[in-house]
Amino acid sequence: MGKYYQEEIETASREEILKIQNEKIVKQVKHVYENVPYYRNLMDEKGVKPEDIKSVDDIKKLPFLSKADLRDAYPYGLLGTDLKNCVRIHSTSGTTGRRVVAFYTQHDVDLWEECCARAIVAAGGTKDDVIQVAYGYGLFTGGFGVHGGSQKVGCLTLPMSSGNTERQIQFMMDLGSTILCCTPSYAAFIGESLAEKGYKPTDNKLKAGIFGAEPWTEEMRREIEKSLGIKAYDIYGLTESSGPGVAYECEEQKGMHINEDHFYAEIIDPDTGETLPEGSKGELVFTSLDKEAFPLLRYRTKDICVLTREKCACGRTHIKMCKPMGRSDDMMIIRGVNVFPSQIETVLIKEGYTPNYLIEVDRVKNTDTLDISVELQPGQFSDKVSDIQAKEKALEGAMRTMLGIGPKIHLVPPKSIARSEGKAVRVIDKRKLHD
Amino acid sequence: MAIRQLSVFIENKKGKLSDAVKTISEAGINMRAMSIGDSDDFGILRLIVSDTAKAYSLLSEDMIVKVTDVIAVKMSDKEGALYTVLRVLEKADINVEYTYAFTARELGAYVVFRVNDVEAAEKALSDKGIVLMTEDEIRSI
Ligand SMILES: [Zn+2]
Repeated sequence: MGKYYQEEIETASREEILKIQNEKIVKQVKHVYENVPYYRNLMDEKGVKPEDIKSVDDIKKLPFLSKADLRDAYPYGLLGTDLKNCVRIHSTSGTTGRRVVAFYTQHDVDLWEECCARAIVAAGGTKDDVIQVAYGYGLFTGGFGVHGGSQKVGCLTLPMSSGNTERQIQFMMDLGSTILCCTPSYAAFIGESLAEKGYKPTDNKLKAGIFGAEPWTEEMRREIEKSLGIKAYDIYGLTESSGPGVAYECEEQKGMHINEDHFYAEIIDPDTGETLPEGSKGELVFTSLDKEAFPLLRYRTKDICVLTREKCACGRTHIKMCKPMGRSDDMMIIRGVNVFPSQIETVLIKEGYTPNYLIEVDRVKNTDTLDISVELQPGQFSDKVSDIQAKEKALEGAMRTMLGIGPKIHLVPPKSIARSEGKAVRVIDKRKLHD
Repeated sequence: MAIRQLSVFIENKKGKLSDAVKTISEAGINMRAMSIGDSDDFGILRLIVSDTAKAYSLLSEDMIVKVTDVIAVKMSDKEGALYTVLRVLEKADINVEYTYAFTARELGAYVVFRVNDVEAAEKALSDKGIVLMTEDEIRSI
């Protein structure tokens, strides 16, 4: 195995990919129409018949699916095959409302693991590698997805799951892990813990990390790369669309290649639903091309991003998506200003703080309030109250410059903000409680 | 004559202060003086203890701890003793960041001063015949 897991498909010409996509979409739509009454009703309402879909160009005629549909249809409403053909379920964390349950046949699991295997090879993984999977195993897709991909590549796979950092470090050192897979915030935490134990970034055998399942910034990438002495690769996926591996980064680290033979991506205007041309910023929409148990047509991810077909130096031809710039869900409107958590993260790293923070938004006397708790670093501590208050004021100033509104900063002791082992809960919007 | 003070960063939340105090007392370390400076968000616990090194290593396992030099003066029963010290420091252009008083049965009352320049403060006070407490003296209470 060389640079690619499946060279033929990963470097296929545009025409070849289109041919595969067009063949698959016709079958996929037919499969959904025949097996998923919930979606058949949506198509009927819109007056679209399976015969109307002859190529991926016709996808824009199809109705959208949203997370709300998935919740309405819970648990079996979007199931595309008999339950006895299914071998697995996974589920979203359910932090915002009812859970979404996704089903998999063995074909679906294989397809997903194949996507993850491509991501691992793109990050330099070979049979010689030792992959430490510190994503959670369980209903969360992270652990099992990467685990399956890792085995497909032939790597020695350490199914650590998340948490128990002591043990993570012990195995990492004793078994010489070469690739770490987990959420970026957990990678940063492992990096901090290694430093605390007196390890230098060169003391471990890690060469790469594949991090995803939560938003992270370029600044955070550089921090992690420095603290672990690795090259950090982004990976993208949603439980709804199978899990991590829908898109992944290559060594260029400039956007993630979408596995186009399995997923068709569009960018739409989130307000009008209109499909936007390549290079436009908008909401990412995915259509599965060959899923059996949980096929989703035109699923709105709520992730804001840009697609590009610019030629990639890695040789892969699949379309690339940029790192999501924020979720339409995550975007907070505070005192009329759009605020993304990623902007707050950028300021924190620039000002020498860890990107571990908690945002609390509330409404007091009809005015929105923004409170951000940030962990003080040992080197920043002073025995004088006024020194620490001055640091809070300085950070408030830097935030005001970036965000356009002034938050209240609360410095708290290190590790007092819960670290994410699955997905980070970084925003608590209490305004919703009052509505 | 400087005395080592430990400062601990604690969250202004129920139980956080007692966590720190518990860590020390369970290790058999005695507190010689204590004060807290706080804001709405955080508190800074300042301690002078019988075994600074041991307390530092225990506390710093999961808290931010810092060692700062301070000076301490025994307060005589004479009225105006504190005022005299403050006057001397002020005249010598030394800033007092904070002070706190503590009473021990055997030693009576003494006041801890956190100043911007420990050496200068020691000199200014001893020139005026004011004797500073030594670390041994405070620890041997
Ligand atoms: Zn590439």
